[in-house]
Amino acid sequence: MAKKYNTLWTNVQTLVETPGPSGSEHIIRKKIRAEIEGFADEVRTDALGNLIARKGALKEGGKRIMISAHIDEIGLMVTHVDENGFARFMPIGGINPMTCTGGRVLFMNGTRGVIGIERLGKDEQPVPAKFYIDTGATSKADSKIGVGDVCGFDRPFLDLGKRLVAKSMDDRIAAAIAMEALKEVKRGVNELYFVFSVQEEVGLRGAITAAYGVDPEVGLAVDVTRTGDTPMGVKMEVALGSGPAIKVRDSSFIADPRVVNWMVAEAKAQKLPYQMEVLEAGGTDGAAIQRTRAGVPAGCLSIPCRYIHSPSEMVDRDDVENAVKLLVGLLEKPVCLE
Amino acid sequence: MAKLEDTTKFNPRLGKKELALLSRLCDAVSVSGDEQEVRAIVLEELRDYANVTKVDAMGNVLVRREGKDADRVRVMVAAHMDEVGFMIVNDEGDGVFEFCVIGGIDPRQLAGKPVWIGREHVPGVIGAKAIHLTTPEERTQALKEDQLRIDIGPGGAGKVKVGDRGTFATKLAVLGPSIRSKALDDRLGVYNLIQLVKNAPENVDLLAAFTVQEELGLRGAKIAAFAFDPEVGIAMDSTPANDLPNYDGFENTSHNTKLGGGPAIYLMDGATLGDRRLIQWLVNTAEAEKIPWQFRQPGMGGTDAGSIHKTRAGVPSVSVSVPQRYLHSPAGLIRIDDELNTLKLIHSALTRLDRSILNLQENN
Repeated sequence: MAKKYNTLWTNVQTLVETPGPSGSEHIIRKKIRAEIEGFADEVRTDALGNLIARKGALKEGGKRIMISAHIDEIGLMVTHVDENGFARFMPIGGINPMTCTGGRVLFMNGTRGVIGIERLGKDEQPVPAKFYIDTGATSKADSKIGVGDVCGFDRPFLDLGKRLVAKSMDDRIAAAIAMEALKEVKRGVNELYFVFSVQEEVGLRGAITAAYGVDPEVGLAVDVTRTGDTPMGVKMEVALGSGPAIKVRDSSFIADPRVVNWMVAEAKAQKLPYQMEVLEAGGTDGAAIQRTRAGVPAGCLSIPCRYIHSPSEMVDRDDVENAVKLLVGLLEKPVCLE
Repeated sequence: MAKLEDTTKFNPRLGKKELALLSRLCDAVSVSGDEQEVRAIVLEELRDYANVTKVDAMGNVLVRREGKDADRVRVMVAAHMDEVGFMIVNDEGDGVFEFCVIGGIDPRQLAGKPVWIGREHVPGVIGAKAIHLTTPEERTQALKEDQLRIDIGPGGAGKVKVGDRGTFATKLAVLGPSIRSKALDDRLGVYNLIQLVKNAPENVDLLAAFTVQEELGLRGAKIAAFAFDPEVGIAMDSTPANDLPNYDGFENTSHNTKLGGGPAIYLMDGATLGDRRLIQWLVNTAEAEKIPWQFRQPGMGGTDAGSIHKTRAGVPSVSVSVPQRYLHSPAGLIRIDDELNTLKLIHSALTRLDRSILNLQENN
């Protein structure tokens, strides 16, 4: 009997509800592998844990393209469990302390807990050292977690119709988009390497080694980007629902202008809505790919996302579906960089 | 052919001969960018033990010690030869010099300390105005490097020049079960790596990297790892122990490590997420060999593993440190037991290393 595969949106829900902070991507990697193996020509895991799937082989006029979507998420690592069972932690990646209080967490070993905070003095800022996780343990001996245990935020997927919310849209939405593109894309002249990268949130580390191993001629990260469409928020052109964003720059790299032009031309050809993204602060795997070996023309396909690095990251349904179309179109044809 | 010690009966001890080597290493002046003094000791010690020894473009000493068994794993073990210290930046005459700090030194550690400058260890002092002449207000402020000078006296003229490196002038001392020195970070690692090469297990190819410029951003390890192209990376370093009781009586929840608790195995620092398979391998080894061990609390900072693991297509890496009080000061303090147990742990772990450990990716 043929294996039944998930649709894009079932994949999104599965991925966002799977815990997998940087360095602990083994569960999510296994789930993605099971979904994509039937569509790729070759699937491997590298030394750092990047899942690398090849589809197609290089033909005349084609290029070796690396597509990178990171499968890790921000999380917490336990540093100490005290005599009363409270666990102190260290952030993995950019945790915003404002979103911690009252948050719920899910450990890789299945233990759940809530985040509490010490009493703060007047004008005192909530820094990570002030927080603790309460797993319901009454003593150190009774605690189901210890130093080194890792957790992510624990929130169910929320479907608001046109808008979708989850704790790790960054960057599971991109992983789902890359999985869908991998399934849909027809083998052409290009050799496609879909990289589901690890440790992005702690410094693009997985993409650094994956890009060295793949040695691509063109690189495309798929990641979320901030928006400027919320009340009294940052001023920025990108808005939810206005189409996938084509990155021009962020604080980690300047996208190769030829890659930007290639992406814009494809969006226009398909008559897809798109927006140009100039992001003040933030980085993506594109930066790591660009500086690999002797250099690689690289860019980034961004999914507009509100409330990034909070337990409730929001994306737009149409943006996601249009991103899949744009990505498939880019990868199927010979690449024109000029 | 290289000499062979009986590696099956390796039981590290710190006798007279070993202590003499450790003292030479610790008392050397080897600040980032000028690691010549320690490099010379390493080369001399390992002359008869290495299959291949190379000093690379940045000054790393790369020692290859090949095993004998079939299907050997290529393991890079790194320890950095550099230490934090000073650089002379301007000669103001009369034996008085402006200086800057190399690496991370708390400015409160500077004033009033004896120092050694240059390869000849010219003695000097970081001078500060006497208490008789300071106001209570002045005494609440830490003096920064640009407010301080290194004074070697007019007699030293000509022996010190701009660009020379300096360190605190502290000789290694054994204090009962402890050792006190200025440069235990990372001469303990260098000492341990020398011992590992001399007693290398035959089931691995030991790629020993004595690295430079770790204190300035893990720079030497980056090119050392590229050259060695290893399958597994281990950094041996020293990490703070902030293990004294809290003044307010609350439980000390941020000790980082504890003196006497054994080798500190890293889970996460600012530069590396330790490979879970290798962490488990070290823990299993320690448990099996009844070697005391501890996790270093996840936190910031970094070791050479931060460079190694991102090399080429990736290298599973882990760090192990000897816990030390008062790191990056004129006098750090360690327990001899922690040092010997660290060496024993790494050696025992290497003897058990085979490629199957790396095949556990999907189960870690």
